[in-house]
Amino acid sequence: MAVLLGMIFLFNISLKAQDHVDNHTATEETIKSEFDPVAFAFDHVLDAHEVHIAGEGASSITLPLPVILWTEKGLVTFLSSSFHHDNEGHHKVEKKGLNFVKYHEKIYQLNPGESHIRLEGKDVVNAIQPLDFSITKAVFTMFLVAFLLFFVFFKVARFYKKNGAVAPKGIVSWMEPLVLFVRDDIAEPNIGAKKDRFMPYLLTVFFFILIGNLLGLIPWIGSPNLTGNISVTVTLAMFTLVIQLIFSKKPFWKHIFMPPGVPLALYPILVPIEIAGIFIKPAALLIRLFANMTAGHIIVISLISIIFVKESLAWSGLSVPMALFISTLELLVAFLQAYIFTMLSALFIGTAVEEAH
Amino acid sequence: MNEMILHGGIAAIGAGLAAVGAGIGIGKIGGSAVEAIARQPEAYNKIQTTMIIAAALVEGVALFGVVVAMLQA
Repeated sequence: MAVLLGMIFLFNISLKAQDHVDNHTATEETIKSEFDPVAFAFDHVLDAHEVHIAGEGASSITLPLPVILWTEKGLVTFLSSSFHHDNEGHHKVEKKGLNFVKYHEKIYQLNPGESHIRLEGKDVVNAIQPLDFSITKAVFTMFLVAFLLFFVFFKVARFYKKNGAVAPKGIVSWMEPLVLFVRDDIAEPNIGAKKDRFMPYLLTVFFFILIGNLLGLIPWIGSPNLTGNISVTVTLAMFTLVIQLIFSKKPFWKHIFMPPGVPLALYPILVPIEIAGIFIKPAALLIRLFANMTAGHIIVISLISIIFVKESLAWSGLSVPMALFISTLELLVAFLQAYIFTMLSALFIGTAVEEAH
Repeated sequence: MNEMILHGGIAAIGAGLAAVGAGIGIGKIGGSAVEAIARQPEAYNKIQTTMIIAAALVEGVALFGVVVAMLQA
């Protein structure tokens, strides 16, 4: 009952808000530069063609990234700084006789004779999207993570190659506990004796997600939302699925097509569910990582946005400590999500490679 | 415009309800794990692993709610 009342109450509020908006549409259009926290947050968590460092609008300091497009006239490349921070599709860049504009972080190729992008509702009507192979913010961050991992782990590997199994020193002593943690607390309980074969994958995915999550917390490199990018998490979950299927043994398939101890009459229900389960598990895995990291970024931005929505410096007394608290929590979440992703991957692989007992 | 606001509001209520469900679920998992560890402190590691797996599965449902709310907003 209380829930129902609460819902009616909320419904009333949203209806009132609606009336409010109806009355004020005219005034809102006259005041153009109102801060929109939703658009700001989504601009941040989505992929971009430049790494934003500081500032706003035309005066912002950014690291331009290469734009690589495949058009009907072949490969077209230029730096994203050619757009001069324009994100509304007005500043056109001419290459090979084709005109390109950037609209909401997507590159459009204008139809001949058009000078800027035109919209009907939310759809772009006078431009097409060429195939975009650009080094975007997410790709750049991925390279950065790969570079960091190569740098650190070649160093660690060289240390052990040179010194043998001795007590670790320097950066090696930071990495050894983590590697042992992945082996003893993630791979061993879930996969068992066959874990060595899957350790390279589990370690790679663990450190990739961990470093990706942690880089997302650093503001001065644009706090890239790498692991909150659904393409990245889809790819990672696909790896787990493919490895699981390639190394799967007979008992795994037997549990799916002939679940033991189940009456025959239930097979038509249970077998499709089990088959769907093969794909639902990685789907849940990728949504978990994606939603956790994206939600974390949005929460921090929303808290900071309070200052700009209220247009008062005094609110920073509330919003900055809260943002600091959430950021600290995100440090824990960064580690926890890497752990959970790796552990569930190990669990799925473990069930697939299990022999009959 | 009006419809969009209404959709956003309802999606947010849905996300909130999903969070309530996940909160109850994770609360129960955590409570039971604490009880189990109090009874058998030596099984701490195993209980913790099982707890985190179960919590992650429950949390996934709440995050589906968040994703749907984001798509609607």
